[in-house]
Amino acid sequence: MKQRSNGFLAIWAMRIIFYLLVSSVGIIVLDILWKGLPSISLSFLLDSPRRSGAEGGIFPAIVGTVYLVTGAIAAALPLGIASAVYLSEYAKQGLFTRWVRFAIITLAGVPSVVFGLFGLGLFVIFLKFGASVLAGSLTLACMILPTIIVASEEALQAVPRELREASLALGATRWQTIWRSVLPYSVSGIMTGSILGIGRAAGETAPILLTAAAFFLPNLPQSPFDQVMALPYHLYILATQHPEAAKVRGMQYGTALVLLVLVLGINMAAILLRGRFRKKYRW
Amino acid sequence: MVETGERTSDAKIVVEHLDFHYGSVQALFDVCVEMAPRKVTAFIGPSGCGKSTFLRTLNRMNDIIPGTRVQGRVLIDGHDIYSNGTDVVALRRSVGMVFQKSNPFPKSIFENVVYGPRIHGEKNSARLREIAEQSLQRAGLWAEVKDRLDQNALSLSGGQQQRLCIARALAVGPEILLMDEPASALDPRSTARIEDLIGELREDYTIVIVTHNMQQAARVSDFTAFFYEGHLVEFGETQQIFTMPKKKQTEDYITGRFG
Repeated sequence: MKQRSNGFLAIWAMRIIFYLLVSSVGIIVLDILWKGLPSISLSFLLDSPRRSGAEGGIFPAIVGTVYLVTGAIAAALPLGIASAVYLSEYAKQGLFTRWVRFAIITLAGVPSVVFGLFGLGLFVIFLKFGASVLAGSLTLACMILPTIIVASEEALQAVPRELREASLALGATRWQTIWRSVLPYSVSGIMTGSILGIGRAAGETAPILLTAAAFFLPNLPQSPFDQVMALPYHLYILATQHPEAAKVRGMQYGTALVLLVLVLGINMAAILLRGRFRKKYRW
Repeated sequence: MVETGERTSDAKIVVEHLDFHYGSVQALFDVCVEMAPRKVTAFIGPSGCGKSTFLRTLNRMNDIIPGTRVQGRVLIDGHDIYSNGTDVVALRRSVGMVFQKSNPFPKSIFENVVYGPRIHGEKNSARLREIAEQSLQRAGLWAEVKDRLDQNALSLSGGQQQRLCIARALAVGPEILLMDEPASALDPRSTARIEDLIGELREDYTIVIVTHNMQQAARVSDFTAFFYEGHLVEFGETQQIFTMPKKKQTEDYITGRFG
């Protein structure tokens, strides 16, 4: 009887914590919706900002964020999967790989501003990319690489040994086995890591602040070596740096809402894609 | 101390003084045995006696387990498969393997059978269909699946999955077939089908089968090897092993006194 009441309490405690968490996130989302929706209009989405963002729209920032996120994923996904395949399938397991894994997990927890400074040093200054889409994308890629590597490695190792053995016993090389019988079955796990990465890449301000973002640009970037506007940075400027911060409150909430919807949209697309892979390669 | 039975000069597989280690644990001790072509050789013995480990040394499947070490020689058609420069991929093409737990790929029945031919470069789809039909015929599965080759292999029953794995192994064109307790997870009817199949395949293939089921060994094999604690205790014709074993340990095991 005592046992049962203990379990009962624990379940209720967890239930209350769960509802508290969900409702606080819900309140934030509702607040952004409530205050942001009135400023959303076609011209807000499709116009360039005027008067330092006090008027006009946020189109260049939307495009900039899409560029940065796409670039980051395009760079991080192949690199991350390749690293994970090497670490989990080829590397001789030992002290060295243990340290590499430890380093990767540590990197996943490094504050984003550190990646920003690293990107500033390596891509902007040393490689002379300047503050640009390229430098920003690569910096974001570095930031999300650890997440992708860790998730991909876990996904690879979740593929049952029987499948590898079946393939190897038929005379497949190690690479053929990985390509045909391991990677396809780990795609959904790899996508999960990437989804987490995408969300982070889209929302971070510090890395792009130092490597890519401009406060205001009259034109869209013409090449990877141009600066861009980006939603998180635009939001940061409107909220803290703008001379008429109070007057542009609506614009702030509108920008936050667009960023939220954008991240949600990218994640939804990735989740749908993952679902299709799951159906195709279920085991 | 090891009985090697009658020595056949034209043995398909010759194993000489084989030691095997998992890290610091020795799993096989000085195993010497010869296996005749187009015969069924059964390995029996209690769990953990090394019979599966031994089977997996014959196509170097143990290579994929880190920290394993092999000493001695395994000659297949006179070639030492552990010598430097052995093409493991080619080895595994000629030495097929069927596992204890049926392990079809989560793909269609057709794609499972042609997996081997595909990775070895066969692209002609007519040829692939031909190989698939032949292999499934050979494995006694064709009649049951010929109308649903596009279905996922996991929709088959356990016994069908195991015969699919046999068809998949045959599709690569091996000469030797290694079977690691191929029927241990199956019901009696499916087991009987697998045993019948082994009887048919022995005409064309050299078959090595590991089993913990002594009646099965007696039913399907020509030769039997009894393993105990990593040692090959006795090897001989199945008839002789089961009716008049020379070693006390063998007799105790087959009469059910231990194991």
